[in-house]
Amino acid sequence: MAEVSVIEAVHETLDEVLAADERVFLLGEDLEAGGVFRATDGLSAKYPGRVLDAPLAESSIIGITIGAAHYGQRPIAEIQFADFIHAGFDQLCSEASRWSWRTRGEQYLPMVVRTPWGGGVHGGQHHSQSIEAYYAHMPGIKVVAPSFPADYRSLLKAAIADPNPVLFLEHKRTYRLIRQEVDGAPAEDRIGKSRITRRGDDLTVFAYGLMLHESLAAAEELAGEGIECTVVDLLTLNPLDRETILEAARATGKVLIVHEDTLTGGLGGELAGIIAEHAFEDLDAPIRRLAGPDIPPIPFHEVMETAFMPDRTKIAAAARDLAAY
Amino acid sequence: MTASQTRVPRSSEMLDDYLLSEEQLESMYRYMLLSRRLEERMMTLNRQGRADFVIAGAGQEAAQVGAGMALKAGVDYAAPYYRDLGVMLVLGMSAREAMLNALGKLDDPNSFGRQMPSHWGSARRRVLTQSSVVATQLVHAVGVALGAKMRNDPIVAFASCGEGSTSRGDFHEALNFAAIHKLPVIFFVENNGYAISERTEKEMPVPHVADRASAYGIQSAVVDGLDAIAVYQTVRPAVDQARRGAGPFLIEAKCFRMWAHSSDDDHRRYRPREELENWASRDPIALFRQRVEEDCLFPPEDLDAIESGVEVEVRAAAKWALDQPDPTAEDMYGFIYREGDDG
Repeated sequence: MAEVSVIEAVHETLDEVLAADERVFLLGEDLEAGGVFRATDGLSAKYPGRVLDAPLAESSIIGITIGAAHYGQRPIAEIQFADFIHAGFDQLCSEASRWSWRTRGEQYLPMVVRTPWGGGVHGGQHHSQSIEAYYAHMPGIKVVAPSFPADYRSLLKAAIADPNPVLFLEHKRTYRLIRQEVDGAPAEDRIGKSRITRRGDDLTVFAYGLMLHESLAAAEELAGEGIECTVVDLLTLNPLDRETILEAARATGKVLIVHEDTLTGGLGGELAGIIAEHAFEDLDAPIRRLAGPDIPPIPFHEVMETAFMPDRTKIAAAARDLAAY
Repeated sequence: MTASQTRVPRSSEMLDDYLLSEEQLESMYRYMLLSRRLEERMMTLNRQGRADFVIAGAGQEAAQVGAGMALKAGVDYAAPYYRDLGVMLVLGMSAREAMLNALGKLDDPNSFGRQMPSHWGSARRRVLTQSSVVATQLVHAVGVALGAKMRNDPIVAFASCGEGSTSRGDFHEALNFAAIHKLPVIFFVENNGYAISERTEKEMPVPHVADRASAYGIQSAVVDGLDAIAVYQTVRPAVDQARRGAGPFLIEAKCFRMWAHSSDDDHRRYRPREELENWASRDPIALFRQRVEEDCLFPPEDLDAIESGVEVEVRAAAKWALDQPDPTAEDMYGFIYREGDDG
């Protein structure tokens, strides 16, 4: 029986796909030395010529990944911190996202861009941000953000097998924090599916990444008070699993959406829109969003960072209010 | 029907002074003319209100055709830019297809009416789909070359752009990575002196784009982009050496943009009249004809026959394309994602 952490799940999966398919290679900064989070530890020696250090230039890391995928390789790019991915925004959003669309599928890109995201590590503005909303807005890029190690394994494999560009978001705070007995654990292997992780009748919480774990902790605490939560692990942020989202919203009639990303234009707005548009008559309360405040980046100092991030206490408080509505 | 079908086949033996055969020289002339006549026709269709937008390579045909002929069509990969009709014709695009593209027709093989004209792409001709964002394609070509090197495939990736694109970060990132990994990439810069209205002095403080290559450890050459034969003779060895594993090469072809930036631009607002008049005597297609006539390679009547054949072909292609189906509203949907496995 094996309990693995998120980073171990990522590392093992990269090792496995490199072994299974000669076309797979890794491109990113510091990968040959194992990567700053050790996701590629030892892989350079094990797979000579297939783990490549890239110059510090994100646009070309993604653009070269596009070219290699077009050629028929199965490249996996790493952007060292998600905060730096925007230098490659053009390559992802103006090129990769529409490669298939503008050729009616004659040309396509089986490529993955992995990147660590999220706060809780005292990383300040450029080592802590949530970047998912910018990219989830763009049809043509699949955006995946798992929470549990077993899903990291199954969805990373699914991303590599997918013939489309996949942005694979790895919550850096959970890399070593979250461990799971993966044998027998539920593992979603379909991109585009969410999972109802916990069922309760009083309200439904939607979350992903670190916030999913905080939401589950809050739900546990609330259960002791007699408030039962349904908790949905979104897993894929684009395209959204509307069916599961609506089913979970309808099941309780009360919805709390949690994300670290700032409120305005965050993914919560889209979720709230889907639910309001299609499940309005099943709602018993206004949809509630708990998100980072609308300040440009996440602050560095622990006091401010803690105040910025939603956590189990804030989630429980918001849920109590909602349950009492 | 093509012009050459009506005539006696040329010899395929290489002529020492040209490094090209008579057959290739005739093709060169024909491709350049075809590109020009197609673009003239497209502009006429635009002025008639039948084509929404034209962005042309008029004046750059020698560079495009000379470079395109140095590639192995169907083997090498190309990431051309929007003025490169000449490159596309050499790689196999027909006059009819060019007209379908100009009109945004449903059967345009480049993007099926989904993109503006001249945004090329063809899986079977190994042309990467491209956008209007300049220089992104240079990095894609580097990625193709990296993939090819990993698989030991003897292909070359050809990436072209205007000199305006060379200000973008992707140009520099592409050169740097290609040089570090000694990748088989040909960077072909068609320097036509203008990025829309900005003259080269506003774009860079050095006289030649090629000067920048040495900073990345890349071999480079400057060539007269009005001389198709010189362009071929410069690009061909660079392609051959890249194919053999010698690494990337940058070629800057000094060109001239005969027309405005696009059908929506009026270059008389920013270009001195003398400049346009001076260059009018240096039309690369006329210069080519002059040279082969002076060298007595082809009798004038043969060249005239090519010209009239191209005229007929272009008119017929335009007439045919106008009658082809337009996309329907529903045609915008689909293919956002490729379905199924990774092929």
